[in-house]
Amino acid sequence: MKRTIAMTFLIGGALLLAACHGKQAVVNQPTAGSVVPAGGSTSGSAAGSGTSMTPLAGGSAAAAAIANEANNAPLDTRVIYFDFDKSEIKPQYDDVITAHARTLTANPTLRIKLEGNTDERGTREYNIGLGERRAQAVRSALMLQGVADAQITTISYGAERPAVEGDNEAAWSKNRRVDMVYMP
Amino acid sequence: MNEAFRRLRFLLLLTAGCVSFASVANGEFVVQITRGQDNAIPIAVVPFAPPQGAAAPFDVAALVAHDLDGSGRFKTMDRKDMIDQPHTGAEIAFDDWRRLNNDYILVGRLNAVAANRYDIVFWLYNVLTRQPLLGFQISTDTAGLRLASHQLADKVFQAIVGIRGAFATRIAYVSVLGHVPRRTYQLVVADADGANPRVIMQSAQPLMSPAWSPDGTRLAYVSFEDHQPSIYVQVLKSGARRLVSDAAGVNQAPAWSPDGRKLALTLSNRAGNLDIFVLDLATKGLTRITHDPGIDTEPQWSPDGKSLYFTSDRDGGPQVFEKSLARGGRALRLTFAGSYNARPRVSPDGSQLAFVTREHGAYRIATLDLKNHNGMQVLTKGQFDVSPSYAPNGAVILYATRERGRGVLALVSTDGRVQQTLMATVGEVEEPAWGPFRSD
Repeated sequence: MKRTIAMTFLIGGALLLAACHGKQAVVNQPTAGSVVPAGGSTSGSAAGSGTSMTPLAGGSAAAAAIANEANNAPLDTRVIYFDFDKSEIKPQYDDVITAHARTLTANPTLRIKLEGNTDERGTREYNIGLGERRAQAVRSALMLQGVADAQITTISYGAERPAVEGDNEAAWSKNRRVDMVYMP
Repeated sequence: MNEAFRRLRFLLLLTAGCVSFASVANGEFVVQITRGQDNAIPIAVVPFAPPQGAAAPFDVAALVAHDLDGSGRFKTMDRKDMIDQPHTGAEIAFDDWRRLNNDYILVGRLNAVAANRYDIVFWLYNVLTRQPLLGFQISTDTAGLRLASHQLADKVFQAIVGIRGAFATRIAYVSVLGHVPRRTYQLVVADADGANPRVIMQSAQPLMSPAWSPDGTRLAYVSFEDHQPSIYVQVLKSGARRLVSDAAGVNQAPAWSPDGRKLALTLSNRAGNLDIFVLDLATKGLTRITHDPGIDTEPQWSPDGKSLYFTSDRDGGPQVFEKSLARGGRALRLTFAGSYNARPRVSPDGSQLAFVTREHGAYRIATLDLKNHNGMQVLTKGQFDVSPSYAPNGAVILYATRERGRGVLALVSTDGRVQQTLMATVGEVEEPAWGPFRSD
């Protein structure tokens, strides 16, 4: 539908005619990507240490490798938490890093995705950088223990995917994290 | 209610010390001003005469009054106090209006010229001198009456304040619905007052950083729909999308060059180091701008296209830097107060930067005079004030904040004197981007 807007100036006795044409904005939903179903990247993450093992779709080698390590608490831990404005891995997670590094080096076809996150405070794009820094800290720690570069992918979600909602430290402390997600 | 078409609702809050305020009901909205200007200009916006023998298809005067009050610079007269409703200059009894303390009066009428087609005729008078400042006729159809009313308000604003009005513009923002872990992210384009929200993109994965092309026809944004962050450019009228950057790792923070041909953006290397590049949209050529091991991101072009402002933590914490694209050389640090200054946005005339500063743990909007780098001013008082965006007339800054546990949008005038909150009825609203002056 075309809408024409014409403006007529009436000031004193002078008459100025100016016309500008414009189309009525028609905004359609894009044909591609209008609703994108949720992917599988949230599997394996969430709460703190002691989370139960997440079954992996397909990937029987990966599932078997993880199943063989049943009852191994550090391997059960799939999330590492960080202090505010920090990307250093705290010493309490040393066992976790070691356990995952051992699993990955023992199974060179296994791949892991490290998802870096921040709490909601600060600017969104700078938080993408901080989340990436955290993911890289875990990646470096794994590689230091022999994990191959090709087995590790990092992604930063910054503040965009909190684990817990809330404008308080209880929530923020659960969002400053790296989720360790084994890929099928 | 159709969640895909939410309305932004404006809430009215009076705080101590607020001298002038306005309460206007306009269809679905009630405007709330947190803090108005002390010397707001009193103006009478008289209801326009409806087309002869018909009901008014739209309350033009109400929307004009809503816009003028919302700017904080005007105080419009309450309709119920109007003993008389003139519709032309000849009908105005100026002494009466002066006695009611109005400096200006706006009168007009609607004429039906065809089915579904109207002429809006209006005049703005100075009550004291009895002289007309302007008179116009706008011709439009029914669907165009809302936009025409905003354009009318722009004319009144400019005639009295001397700055071009920005009422007839649009904003984009990200809306987040639902709760973790099942959230829905939407990219929404709406009128500057929040009306007519349209979802232009929806995803189960995050959407970020909407950026208007300078001609207002396209939005660039970041989407995680492919389970990695990528930058898309979408044409608003057709919805056609183009993937413009999907390098391995980070693709973030798109910013249009003033000529609309390039995007500055942030990419990462294998070690996760973020740096700023410029992408030529036609040739797809990439030019690297920063080369340092810190986080370099959130680029913005100067209005003359010759430099980039950006955030870098190369000195420890994030600060705002400027780099000349023509001369190259080292980036110049612009912010020195405090340990956190990020996400620069430059005013349309290039004279001022707005950015996010952290003071005592609170994130606030601050401005910096670019001619005098010591002239930093903190404009807002919240705890989580982020994502500043200038109106195209440079008079107001739109930003995101949190109120009662929810993400909302807010406005502050660049001199800090006028503040307003816009709250969505559903979900959270963040990352606002104010569009350019319309050319349609």
